[in-house]
Amino acid sequence: MTLLDFTILAAKVVLVMSVLLSTVPILVWVERRGSAFIQDRLGPNLVGPFGLLQPLADVVKFLFKEDPIPIAAHRFLFPLAPLCSLVPAAVTFAAIPFGDTIDLWGKTITLQIADINVGLLYIVAFGSLGIYGILLAGWSSNNKYSILGALRSSAQMISYEVALGASLIGPLMVYGTFSLREMVHLQASHWGILLQPVAFITFFISAFAECNRLPFDLPEGEAELVAGFHTEYGSMKFALFFMAEYLHMITISALTVTLFFGGWQLIPGLVPLAQWIGVATYPTSIGLSLLQVFSFTLKIGFFLWLFIWIRWTFPRFRYDQLMSFGWKILIPVALGNIFLTTLAIYLKWI
Amino acid sequence: MWHDIIFWILAVLCVSCALCVVWQRNPVVSAVFLVGSFLALAGLYLNLSAPFLAAIQVIIYAGAIMVLFVFVMMLLDLHHPLDLYFRFTKLKFPKLIVLLLFSWFLCTLILATAFPLAAPQTSQGFTISQIATLLFSKYAFPFELTSLLLLIAMVGGVVLAKKK
Repeated sequence: MTLLDFTILAAKVVLVMSVLLSTVPILVWVERRGSAFIQDRLGPNLVGPFGLLQPLADVVKFLFKEDPIPIAAHRFLFPLAPLCSLVPAAVTFAAIPFGDTIDLWGKTITLQIADINVGLLYIVAFGSLGIYGILLAGWSSNNKYSILGALRSSAQMISYEVALGASLIGPLMVYGTFSLREMVHLQASHWGILLQPVAFITFFISAFAECNRLPFDLPEGEAELVAGFHTEYGSMKFALFFMAEYLHMITISALTVTLFFGGWQLIPGLVPLAQWIGVATYPTSIGLSLLQVFSFTLKIGFFLWLFIWIRWTFPRFRYDQLMSFGWKILIPVALGNIFLTTLAIYLKWI
Repeated sequence: MWHDIIFWILAVLCVSCALCVVWQRNPVVSAVFLVGSFLALAGLYLNLSAPFLAAIQVIIYAGAIMVLFVFVMMLLDLHHPLDLYFRFTKLKFPKLIVLLLFSWFLCTLILATAFPLAAPQTSQGFTISQIATLLFSKYAFPFELTSLLLLIAMVGGVVLAKKK
């Protein structure tokens, strides 16, 4: 690896991470204003225009607040837990392609941090590690509400991970590859959701459970458990959990888009635009790449809004309902989808 | 050169985490160190250009099995049996004999293995389709046998749970 290659890689990592991390405060703002809009309230509207500077004020508050560790908490694991939650959420985006290739300074640059040939498995692997943050936070806090939240969450996440993994097998068989980059290329003519609608539904529902978002936010369940696993956490440690949740949402939305909605493939309205500008015939030009990244961002934005929309529309599940829904409905449907897909591929329908 | 540096960092990390698993008295902390050891091992697999194996290592061991371990540890109160266990450490003589025998056995095994022969085969790495082809052709019988074993374990678990 030459110095230039290394610089390009470092630039990609820095760029993607800073975009991801600066999306989090915007998302928090969208969530608060959006929830207010849905519930016929105003929401934070005083700090800056439309309350846009509210997240900034929150960040300052998080940074300067006192950062206590409870006496009964575990000295080593209590500070470790927020990191265990944040790191898996932050690194999973590395495998997701946000554009095709561009030619710059005589170099062909892939718009993806790491083109891993087992990209999907990489995301699933690191996604499954996120649970340690919640488990350790609950246990090390030495608080009954925290540990109840952590136990609920681990049972929930293990159950829904089965459904998540099972719903990924259908698309995998259709595409015939683990590489997310090749999957996007294969969706050039039609998006994956046309071939795998059932897999999309089961994947998206289990993705909600994996992100601990309402209607699956039993680990927090503030009406019963104060704040669940992060009851004892304050200031920046709490902010890290918060950031991890939003990063998870972004990555899961990006994965949904990549698997089922054509990834960075141009959204229908943009193809004539690309032809009109004249960049459609230059596959590695900056113009087309920008349009691709724009389409990708727009698609992710839609799913992020869907996450927020659903959170403020649906009530929370009861715990036994959650478990029976996961095991008795979602997993059989996902398994049935695998069976149907196998049959369709065997009979050469797809 | 980079491979060597990464190997030594991961190897030291792996072994020190494994040692911490044994030395820690708190079972949950031990479990966390075990996860760290598993992750370092996955890194070693990556260094040997076996990304599939690394991903499977993380998904199965770190992501599934250890989560269940920690889950059970959090549910059980492990403090009292632990004290009982540490009272038995007074007798040191048999422990040393077992340790010496085991390390002698391990050393002979390591010296007897021809590592230079194994290295060129793995240096290229395997693609998933190659692994799948091997699993469903050459190793089809052991593969099916393993799945049967897992099924038996599952049925056993259900039977044991039903007895209560």
